[in-house]
Amino acid sequence: MGGGAAGLRAAIAAAEVSDGLSIALVSKVYPMRSHTVSAEGGAGAAFGQDDSTDLHAFDTIRGSDYLADQDAVEAFVTEAPGEIVQLEHWGCPWSREPDGRLAVRPFGGMSVPRTVFAADKTGFHLLHTLFQTSLKYDRIVRLDEFFVTSLLLEDDRCSGVAAIDLRDSEVRCISAKAVILCTGGLGRIFSFTTNAAINTADGMALAYRAGVPLKDMEFVQYHPTGLPGTGILMTEATRGEGGYLVNKEGKRFLEEYIPSKMELGPRDILSRAIIQEIEKGRAFEGPYGEYVHLDIRHLGEALIDEKLPFVRELTTKFVGIDPVYEPIPVRPVVHYMMGGVDTDLEGKTRLPGLYAAGEAACVSINGANRLGSNSLTECLVFGARVGRRAAEDALEASEPAENPLVRLASAEQDRLTSAYLDNEGGRERIAPIRRELQATMERGAGVYRTEESLKEAVEEVRALKERFGQLALFDHDRAFNTELVSALELGNMLDVAETVVTSGLERRESRGSHTRRDYPDRDDQGFLAHSLAFSTPEGPRIEYGDVTITRWPPVERKY
Amino acid sequence: MGETTMTLKVARYRPEHGPSPYFDEYEVPYREDMVVLDALNHIKDNVDGSVAYRWSCRMGVCGSCGMMVNYVPRLTCSTFLREFYPKPVVVEPLENFPVIRDLVVDMSDFLDKLKDVKPWIIRAHESPIRAGEYVQTPDEVDRYKQFSMCINCMLCYSACPVYAKDPKFIGPAALALAHRYNLDSRDEGRDERLDITAVDWGIWDCTFVGECSVVCPKDVDPAAAIQRSKVATTTKAMMSMVWPFGVERDAEDRRDA
Repeated sequence: MGGGAAGLRAAIAAAEVSDGLSIALVSKVYPMRSHTVSAEGGAGAAFGQDDSTDLHAFDTIRGSDYLADQDAVEAFVTEAPGEIVQLEHWGCPWSREPDGRLAVRPFGGMSVPRTVFAADKTGFHLLHTLFQTSLKYDRIVRLDEFFVTSLLLEDDRCSGVAAIDLRDSEVRCISAKAVILCTGGLGRIFSFTTNAAINTADGMALAYRAGVPLKDMEFVQYHPTGLPGTGILMTEATRGEGGYLVNKEGKRFLEEYIPSKMELGPRDILSRAIIQEIEKGRAFEGPYGEYVHLDIRHLGEALIDEKLPFVRELTTKFVGIDPVYEPIPVRPVVHYMMGGVDTDLEGKTRLPGLYAAGEAACVSINGANRLGSNSLTECLVFGARVGRRAAEDALEASEPAENPLVRLASAEQDRLTSAYLDNEGGRERIAPIRRELQATMERGAGVYRTEESLKEAVEEVRALKERFGQLALFDHDRAFNTELVSALELGNMLDVAETVVTSGLERRESRGSHTRRDYPDRDDQGFLAHSLAFSTPEGPRIEYGDVTITRWPPVERKY
Repeated sequence: MGETTMTLKVARYRPEHGPSPYFDEYEVPYREDMVVLDALNHIKDNVDGSVAYRWSCRMGVCGSCGMMVNYVPRLTCSTFLREFYPKPVVVEPLENFPVIRDLVVDMSDFLDKLKDVKPWIIRAHESPIRAGEYVQTPDEVDRYKQFSMCINCMLCYSACPVYAKDPKFIGPAALALAHRYNLDSRDEGRDERLDITAVDWGIWDCTFVGECSVVCPKDVDPAAAIQRSKVATTTKAMMSMVWPFGVERDAEDRRDA
């Protein structure tokens, strides 16, 4: 499920395990529309002479505020360079050094330059390379524009999915020996986000409802530099290449917050710094809220056009600012979900037959704060791992019994028809509930959080879930009913949003991206642990699991 | 003070309600920084939830939201209302494709053609991953880079008069992507691709109207890709006549780059 970087990488890996497998790539959009396409800055891997996998591991673990599982990080950094080379062999137009070797650029929280890149359209090139490469495998069968509505469970095993074919709104039963969720993140539960419209937590919600816990859901990454209004991402590569963050007084204010790293500090620290500048009255005022300046003018037109052409294209097109001549207005914006479906190092969940990778999953290598450029690589490394694992398991597994699955899918069709397609009765509409959810999440679970803000958010999300039960559609057509999809997405967003605010409420400490004004310090005694949100009829039940420490004992996170 | 508004005329086609397309008119709020997609989202969220269209990234890179805007194929996320205000904006599905519903077209034909041109690296010998990356200089990247920028938005197919007349034509984006791989120093698949692109419905059917390059939102210039493919193909045929010992690949690339 899902046709972004992780899903495509998994499909190709599975296809290479055996030509006897039939692999369905099920996606609610054509794969090249997936949100991987919007990633800009690059993919991290230890290549350089001054670099080592240990250093990459240490940076990642320190960046995670010691919440990452260190065995997962070690696997990740070890396999990262090979995956980057694999993409190169498949044709990815990585940017090069003059001698033809892969070029690397600096990124936030990384000790040395280790981010490989394709100008500032890395995600776009990576996605299209993977998609085009996937076309050569006949055993990868694409089901484009199929929206999965539930996992089909039989004898406590995931044996397939029920999916609506958007063309006719018919539910299809797709039986499978292994199901991999690569459905991406949840940015759209917030109103101000870099995320595309499709990032609605679908896979997380499906796994959660099937009894699989969602791990570390309180850790939502704010990227420091989004365009006010639209939330369009200004890549961290702007700072990697030497850009400045400047306040209203014309000062590079990060001197006060993280002088050793300045603009190359990690995202959580920089986002907090900008919010503090806003609170101190040192930010600019604009129609879409307060902002600071991202200034790349001193880099010069030639470098900007070579290494940051997309930034110039985006600002020129969408806000009428040419960064060669003017600073760019930016403010912190919801960007990435560190948490996700709880998996082991091979992407297995605790539900037999169900796997996950990419942003939808939590392995976890990102802990409480992901470092920029680790997510594309994570999709490749763990996409490949989960694809191989699921394929090998599928070769061993027995064929799922079709009849019970067909009955489940048919029940799903009845549910969707009566709740949505033929339901003329409800009085609630999609957009108001979605807007209120997004505003609730911004208020309650933003960069800074408190007991009160989170409690309120929990109550509000519950109230919105009640209202969601009274939903009715305008659109009762069967052909390409986008409103039906929006309704199902909203249901997913509500369930997963509840895990975010509940996990946040229960974590009474500050760690990485989760910053509590009422508990400003990290508390390793109480909370050096992964939160696990289990679905119950009364809402999420939060348990805690151990963090795996191998070689880097937790110490104060200092830069 | 009343809100400034403008009119959006939206083409509708709902096969379950009747065989003919029709237009619905909506008044939408107007702000200078609104794009056509914002206006459609306003309608869907606040006025009529039944209007069907695709969109996702709203930053001009996912390629989902191509439509005819005042009779020109455009990405609606990147087309500002201010370009037309105060005149009405007419929004229709991309031309030259079957319409599934309202503004949603069937692009499966392109997906089939994309696969046909083999848009992946083809090599006689794959070197192992542990041997590291294939060396490719910045100049070698620059040769094909422009043609790798295609977001598959389908605007070029919508603008192409040849595709309009005969949908068997492979079309601008797929031919440009074939050319992109042909120009890649890591690739050895040109001959295989020419078997597909240099025969019926391929590069020779392009009449070089160039509309594809005009509407391309990413400056891919598919028209140039197709013309250069023609030159490369001819050169190869000529060279094999005058130089029967084989054509040196690099010289050929330099000529068409």
